[in-house]
Amino acid sequence: MAGNGRAWLVEAGLPARAGVGLKAEHYHAILDQRPDIGFFEIHAENYMGAGGPPHAYLSAIRDAYPISLHGVGLSIGALGPLDGAHLSRLRQVAERYEPGLFSEHLAWSTHDTAYYNDLLPVPYDRETLDRVCDHIDQVQEALGRRMLLENPSTYVAFEQSSMSELDFLREVVSRTGCGLLLDVNNVYVSAVNHQTSPEAYLDAFPFEAVGEIHLGGHAPDTDDEGGPLLIDAHDRAVDEAVWALYERVIERVGQVPTLVEWDNDVPEWSVLYGQAQAAEAIMASVSRSRRHAASA
Amino acid sequence: MQRPPELQEEFAEALLQPGNPVPAGVVGPNGKAAEKRFAVYRNNVAVSLTAALKSIFPAISALVGEEYFAALAREFIRRHPPSSSILADYGRDFGDFLDAFPPLANYPYLGDAARLERAWLDAYHAADATPLDAGELGSVPQERLGSTRIDLHPSARIVRSRWPVATIVEANRSGGAMPNLSAAGGEDVLVSRPALDVIVTRLAPGEAAFLAALGAGEALESAIASAFDGAASFDLASCLQRCLSTGAFLRLLPPA
Repeated sequence: MAGNGRAWLVEAGLPARAGVGLKAEHYHAILDQRPDIGFFEIHAENYMGAGGPPHAYLSAIRDAYPISLHGVGLSIGALGPLDGAHLSRLRQVAERYEPGLFSEHLAWSTHDTAYYNDLLPVPYDRETLDRVCDHIDQVQEALGRRMLLENPSTYVAFEQSSMSELDFLREVVSRTGCGLLLDVNNVYVSAVNHQTSPEAYLDAFPFEAVGEIHLGGHAPDTDDEGGPLLIDAHDRAVDEAVWALYERVIERVGQVPTLVEWDNDVPEWSVLYGQAQAAEAIMASVSRSRRHAASA
Repeated sequence: MQRPPELQEEFAEALLQPGNPVPAGVVGPNGKAAEKRFAVYRNNVAVSLTAALKSIFPAISALVGEEYFAALAREFIRRHPPSSSILADYGRDFGDFLDAFPPLANYPYLGDAARLERAWLDAYHAADATPLDAGELGSVPQERLGSTRIDLHPSARIVRSRWPVATIVEANRSGGAMPNLSAAGGEDVLVSRPALDVIVTRLAPGEAAFLAALGAGEALESAIASAFDGAASFDLASCLQRCLSTGAFLRLLPPA
């Protein structure tokens, strides 16, 4: 049931393979080597300029590969209204590159006129839920398509929260008809940070709404009591614990478009490509053992 | 209990003000205090925006040193947080900020250098367009030439400085030697991007005024007069040649 009375079409989307976040550092390697990879994901805000090399390279890559569009600046959890100008720039990027899917975060990054360039947390209560659902309705109306909402990685909680993150996400899906982007690294980071079980979170996740999976690296730190605090830094390879959780997810849901994000201390192309191949290897191995089980 | 409107506002303000307390109701597991946890957000904001500024102003960072640049960036971010989620648009007032920052009074060329780096990024992201072909300008009948107007290319930017600003930026972007500032004169600079690569061109006397006049919609004869106003040595033929070869012209416009 969509909140605005429209049931959004689930699109053909992306191939159920692994892809990586597109970095300017890799434009040349990708166009020279033409790697066998499922898709590239772009940050919408990096392609909102009028012209220049970013569009030239992306157009060439788009000719050869599917693209998914990932917003980082829409501020869906913001107190204020969505920025209409930003929304229309987003629509232009979507029209230009015809991405297989569009995703954004359950987070806020703007307040008044300031943009903080970080994904900031929201309390899980009725008031926030209403606001987030209104904003998602607006985004889906503006783009004329269903969007995926990404579960956040968080470092703090709010005393005023009155429901769990999963209940919040389920409500959003049921009211707006949006899908979910399951970021497995975020699940792990948040679980460690809030001293909860990532397995229990995943076992209760509304997998039927998942349209894409994200994987990425995190950095270890410590909290106020000296306990572990993980930072969603996207600055290194995917952690072993996250690979294990990913395998658990794939066993449940089968093959899903899976993105490896690496945004800081960006490595050589071959290293990032290796991470995508590792994700595909897990998908292939799970699907082989499923076939075995079926034929046994 | 605190209502969300106040909470998000308090959260936002505390991000840029290290002296503000962690907003009430922001907690760690089991309701514990979350000073260090909240600091992760403060740090993310400061570090990511500092990195954005450094990528826009690499010569300024090299000039003042990485550590000083980080401190400078934090001060700038506090006073001028980005107003758009397109970070390629950030830092338009960084040059003015450097000009007015008292501890940098002995580095009066930093503001112009920042404006040149900002112009470089604007040219990089400007709309793509095929520059004016030399033949087209050559085919304008002599009697109509003076009243012809010329649209500048969307990437064209002019930076005028009493310092050798292009030389300063080039030296600090490539790790080269700084020019001798007391001996060197000023530089007027054209930044343009006729195709994929940004071009930085030093202009001869009068040429910046000429281009500025054309950019303001004035006819060729009036732009030429502006050029001679400031520089008796202005050479129209070599100026047109430079503008055409750098892709500074977009198209001819009929007389107003």
